[in-house]
Formats: sequence, C-alpha cells, structure tokens
Amino acid sequence: MTIGTLIWLIPLPPLLAFFIIILITNRNKRLSHTLSVGSAILSWIGSMVVVWAAFNSEHLGLHPFTSYLAWFPTGDSWFVIGVQIDPLSAGTLFFVAWTILMIFIYSVGYQNFGQPKGDYDRAGLPPQGATVSDVHGHSHKVPSIEPMYSRFFAFIGLFAFGMYLLVVTGNLLILFVGWEIMGLCSYLLIGFWYGKPSARAAMIKAFMTTRVGDVFMLLGIAYLYTATGTLNYREIFYNEDVLHQLATTSTGIFGLSVAGLIGLLLFIGAVGKSAQWPLHVWLPDAMEGPTPVSAMIHAATMVSAGVYMTIRIFPLVSAGAEYGQLTPTMTVIAFIGTFTAIFASTIAIAQNDIKRVLAYSTISQLGFMFAAIGIGAYVAAAFHLIMHAFFKALLFLGSGSVIHGMEHGVLHTGEHIDSQDMFNMGGLRKKMPATFWTFLIGGLALSGFPILTAGFWSKDEIFADAFGHNHWAVFITLALAALLTAYYTMRQITLTFLGKPRTHAAEHAHESTWTMTLPLVVLAVLSVIAGWVGIPEDFPVLGGTIPNFMHEFVGETLLEHPEMVVFSYIPLLTSLVVSLGGLTLGWLVYRDIKVGAFDPVQKALGPVYTVLKKGYYFDELYDFLFVRPSYWLAKNFAYMWMDRKVIDGIINGVGHITGLIGEFLRIFIDKPIINGFGDWVGKTTKKLGFLFRPIQTGRVQQYMIIALVSMMAFSAIFYYLLVFTR
Amino acid sequence: MIPISWYLIFAAALFCIGLFGVLARRNAIAILMGIELMLNAVNVNLIAFWRYATPEKINGQVFAVIVFAVAAAEVAVGLAIFISVYRRRGTVSTDEIDLLKW
Repeated sequence: MTIGTLIWLIPLPPLLAFFIIILITNRNKRLSHTLSVGSAILSWIGSMVVVWAAFNSEHLGLHPFTSYLAWFPTGDSWFVIGVQIDPLSAGTLFFVAWTILMIFIYSVGYQNFGQPKGDYDRAGLPPQGATVSDVHGHSHKVPSIEPMYSRFFAFIGLFAFGMYLLVVTGNLLILFVGWEIMGLCSYLLIGFWYGKPSARAAMIKAFMTTRVGDVFMLLGIAYLYTATGTLNYREIFYNEDVLHQLATTSTGIFGLSVAGLIGLLLFIGAVGKSAQWPLHVWLPDAMEGPTPVSAMIHAATMVSAGVYMTIRIFPLVSAGAEYGQLTPTMTVIAFIGTFTAIFASTIAIAQNDIKRVLAYSTISQLGFMFAAIGIGAYVAAAFHLIMHAFFKALLFLGSGSVIHGMEHGVLHTGEHIDSQDMFNMGGLRKKMPATFWTFLIGGLALSGFPILTAGFWSKDEIFADAFGHNHWAVFITLALAALLTAYYTMRQITLTFLGKPRTHAAEHAHESTWTMTLPLVVLAVLSVIAGWVGIPEDFPVLGGTIPNFMHEFVGETLLEHPEMVVFSYIPLLTSLVVSLGGLTLGWLVYRDIKVGAFDPVQKALGPVYTVLKKGYYFDELYDFLFVRPSYWLAKNFAYMWMDRKVIDGIINGVGHITGLIGEFLRIFIDKPIINGFGDWVGKTTKKLGFLFRPIQTGRVQQYMIIALVSMMAFSAIFYYLLVFTR
Repeated sequence: MIPISWYLIFAAALFCIGLFGVLARRNAIAILMGIELMLNAVNVNLIAFWRYATPEKINGQVFAVIVFAVAAAEVAVGLAIFISVYRRRGTVSTDEIDLLKW
C-alpha cells in the first residue's frame, strides 16, 4: 500500500463504524463502543504511520505526500480533489489522532459503561442514577449507564470522520465538507440530551452562529474558485504567480485586493467555527453537551479547524506584503484574535461552572492563535494549536472526571447541588488523585508554567514573535490575557482541588474508572513533552539540546520560510512574570474559600463582576439585536403577512379560480356535450329497438317471406345496376 | 333431344310449387315436404346443365347425389325437431310455434 492510499483510508473506519452502529449494532452497547473505539484505533494507527513517514521525509513542504482524483467534470477540465500531507497537516493529524483516540476511550467510562440501567432514565436526558443493594441489604444510589450509549458512539464516529477528512484533504471544498460534517455532529452532540430545553437552545444557537461564518466562508471558496479555477491548496497557496496575480488585482471593496478579500471571507468562516468575537457566543452554551464532546469538538479538534484553515490560507492573507508588514486582512485577523484573547479571559475569571471557565479559556486561547497568524507568526500559531489541543482536551476530560466524581458524591449523599459549580467542590485532590495531578499539569500548561510545560514554549513563541516584530499592542494585550489565563486557571484548580471540601458531595467524590484516567495520563504526558519539539535554539541553557524541530518542520509548509525571531529576554521575562504572577494571584485569592462564601472578587469588582459573569451581556445584546427581530419578523412578516396573506391568498385564489373554471366546464362542456352524447347513443339505440321490435313475430314463415322479398328486391337492384348502368 | 329450356321450366315450376308449400302450409311436415320439392327442383337443374354442358364429366351427378344426402340428413334432423316439438306442445302447426318471438 502506498502512502497516498493510506491517507485516503485514514478517515474511513469511523465513518464505517457510524453506519454499522446506526444500522445494525445499536442495541448492543458493548459491540457499539468496541466498533467505535476500534475504528478510532485503526485511524490512529494509519495516522501514526503517515505522520512518522512525514517526520522522516526530507523537504516535506516541497514534496508533500499527495494523491489526486478527478471528481466531476467542470466544462473542459475535471474538478480534482485529493489528499495531501504537508508539514502542517502532519502536525495537525498527529494531535487529532491522539486526542480523538483518547477521547473515544474516555467516553466509555464517562457514559458509565458497566453500570446498571437507571431507575428512571429516559432517552434524551442525562442518566439519573440507579439503586442497587449490596450484600448487607443496604441500597445505594450509583451512576447509571447512558440510555443512548450507542447513539453517542455513532455520532462521535461521524465526527471523527469529518475531522480526519478535513485534515488529510488537499482541497478547500473537501475541507468545507469535513467542516460542515463536524458542524452537524457538533449540533447533534450539543443537543445529545435533547430532553433538556437548555440543550435544545444551545444546539440551535451553535448551529445558527457557526452558519453565519460558514456562509461567508462558502462565498470565499466560490470567489477563490472563480478567481483561480481550482481549489487545491498546492495550486493556489504554493504558486507564486497565482498569489501575485490575486494580490495585485483590486476588488474595489474597502481597497482590498482579491487575495485580501477572499482571505477575509474565509477568515470569517474561521471566526464562526473557532468561536472568535463577535461570533463567540455559541461555545460557552455548547457545554450543555456531554463532556467528552466538549473536549473533542469544542476544545481540541473542531474549533481548532478554524485556526488550521487560517494557517492554510496564510499565503493568501499575507500575499502582497513584504516580510514583517501586515496586509489589511492580517490586521483584521490580529485585531480579532488579540481582542478575543483578552475579552474571553476576562469573562473566564467570573465563571463558576467548571466547564464554562474552560470554554471561555478555549475562546481566549484560540484568540492567541489568531493573533499569532495575524502578525505573521503562523508557525507559532500552529505550535500553540497543537499544544493547546493536548492540554485543553486534558483539562476538559479532567473536568469531566471531576463532574463525574461529584455526581457520584451527589448520588451517594442525595444533596441537591450543581455538580459543575466549582464553589461546591474543594479538596478533591485527596479523593481523585489521578484527576488532580493530570488536571494540574494541564492547568500549568494552559498558564504557560515555565520550562516544563508545552504551553510555555508555544505561548512564549507567540510573545517572541509579537515582540520581535514590534507589534506592541498585540504583545501587551496578549501578555495581559496570559496573566488572566494563569489567574483563572489557578482559581479553578484551587477552588476544585485544594482546600477542604465545601459540600458533602465533594467529600464523597470518587475517582473515575481506568478508562477515564488512562486518557488523562496519556494527554498529561503529551502536554509536557510535546512542547519540547519547539524550544528556540538560542534559548539560554536549554536551547539547542533538542533541535527546534517544530519550526523547521512546520515552517516548510509555505513557499516563504519564516525566519526565527532573534531571542530576547523581554518576552521571556514577560512570559515568566505573567504566568507565575497569575498563578500566585489565583492561589492567594481563592485558597481559603469558606462554605457558602461568595467569590471574593465579586466584592472588589462590584457591578463589573456581574458584567463579566454575564459575558458582557453579548447573549442579551444578540437576543435584542438578532433573535427578537427574527422572531418578530417570523411572526409578523413571514407568518402573518407572507404566509397567511400572500401565500395562502395565492393558493386560495388559485383554488377559487380553478373551481370557477371547473364549474364553467361542467355547465357548458361536460353536461351538454359529453353527457349529451352518451345519453343520445343510449336513447337512440333504445328507440331503434322499439322501432324494429314489431317485425320480430316469431313466425318462421313470415321471416321466410321477408327473406324472399328482400332477396328478390336486392336481385332486382343488382340486375338493374349490372345491366342498365354500364 | 328435348331442349334444355323444357327442363328448366319444369324445374322452375317444381321450385315454385315447393316454395308455395313452404310459405303457405301451416303443417310443419308439409313445409318439410315443400323444401324437398325445392331441393329436387335444383337437382333437376343440375342434372340438366350437366347433360347439356359437360356430359363427359361426372360433376353434375355428384352434386345431385350430395344434395340428396344433405336433404336426407336435413329431413332427419327436421323431423326429429318436430317430433320433439309435438311431444312438448301437442302440435306441429307453425302458427303456434312462435318461441322466437321477442
């Protein structure tokens, strides 16, 4: 098997698993998860083979692994699609394969495989727990198995297909196909517990919000196809002539070049998918889904797709600018990214829900990546993308484990508390040591804890690039955002794991099963060592011990190889200060929270805290600006006017006129002509019968006389005709 | 030799007598007898034309013999029908046998 064929095969196992589970094995939970996890393992093996081959091949950027296929004819030529593994896709494939496999395994434990069926569980609602009695006759409440267990594994299989497809493809249209498949799965999985009204609202919100971005993205793709006649990465982003032509043609819209405008349109798609301001509102609500979904779709893979795509189109957005300069599109990207980074991190400090903190943190971290792309540091962005996928998946899975442990405690004690509220936790480090240590590693990586963690190296590279190219605004804002990141991460760790338990449920929390802790450990290891591939070569002491593999490898993706920025102590020190400072601050503020106490920051910040807690009232703003007008339009315009008056009017009018025409035809055509003819035939036949009835006397001799007379008459006629008319 | 017209006049007379019998008599047996007369008038014609036109061939005689056979068969069938009618209705008068009436 050639490597090209293998790349084609990578996305297929999860898709097959999806169909088999949906169509055949959905009644058997064990078989379903075996199929699903098995398919993830197959894809993982395929990915690892491809990634290994990619890491070992010389000049992969110049000669990527490709395999093309003509899809359908477009005029004279064929629309060619294909797979392509270049350094960027190889790096992405690496983290995608690892996180997807880990999360599949984790899901087995998270959805309570092996637990009894719940007493009152119904499809569409989270499991409510089952009562079991032990040998002593005491009855306990224990977690119960998810009622729609197989369905979950089918959906995540389909999702994995979409993500793999997006990564391995070499064509923007197929990327969009994978993108939309993931959008669908995101929708289905956010609303996995569709019995909850909040989940239903969240699924619709996520779908609608990302759709705004996707429409622009599709416009961008269409424009790109019109402008270049192809959508293959290689023929556009690796082709100086095409790029030059696109960059020098002006569109007349905001003074953008064609390249700039297409880049901007595609970037808006990424804004929707990666939940950047102003389309960020769906991601926090998406936490309604099961936690493995939050980890996989809404932290590690799908939301990263936006960043991946933007790195992909980097030659387009940067086309026409000298090295170190920014095109207008890049400025927009840098602004949105930087703004989102600081914006989301300020919201995160006021959230009490353990998953919502992570959701805002994800938005903020994706902002870091976009900021890096915007200032031209796409290698740093790719580096941070990969590292972030590991530690954020780890954090989400860790939080899922915490919630799971808390739910166990809640079932055990019968308390009615929110098992996701961090103020109900505390002291979980003793109850859940594996979760604690892995969560700590993930948290430190997110904060950029120096030297050890992956997050430090990737974030440091973004700082270095921002500083080295004199983008001061970006640098300072990101530094502030990083400070807040470290702060809210420590707040989360302190509130959840440190101190004393604040509820009985937290006292009775329970470590999760091995299927959940094993992925945590694997991801924790990756969160530490993965960062070592990107240590700058002129870093003091450590620099050069391990070659800066990341930069050389990913940097090759594009035509113009970026230069390493010269090492400087200022970004390094900044990085150290914000990270350690934030961590310390978080610990100092939250180390001693009493039972039932409010957030100490609430008092200090006053109304500002409420604003932050509500996410700057963006939900309310959008509700006022878009949702309510839409409802109003739907009701008054679409329903009352369009539907009831225009459409119904037309239909009723057509019906009425048709009725009139029918009536006319009935009276003037049907009744007199058609019916008349039919009746006439019948009546005439009857009359003829009456007319000839008397000659039917039954007397044979009369008949014979008639025969004789007629014969003679006919003979006479024939004789006359033959003889006299010659 | 007797001229052929004599034979033909004789045959026509015979035919008319037969026809009159068929149309005028009430008794079904008499009607049958009239039919026999008409058939024999035809036979006379056949034989006469054979004798005068193609005496070297046997056709005319054969036709006449076939007509005899057919007439015999027809009379047998006809008589059988009348016997049956007589048994059912006690008469063979054609005025009273009007089952074909509508």
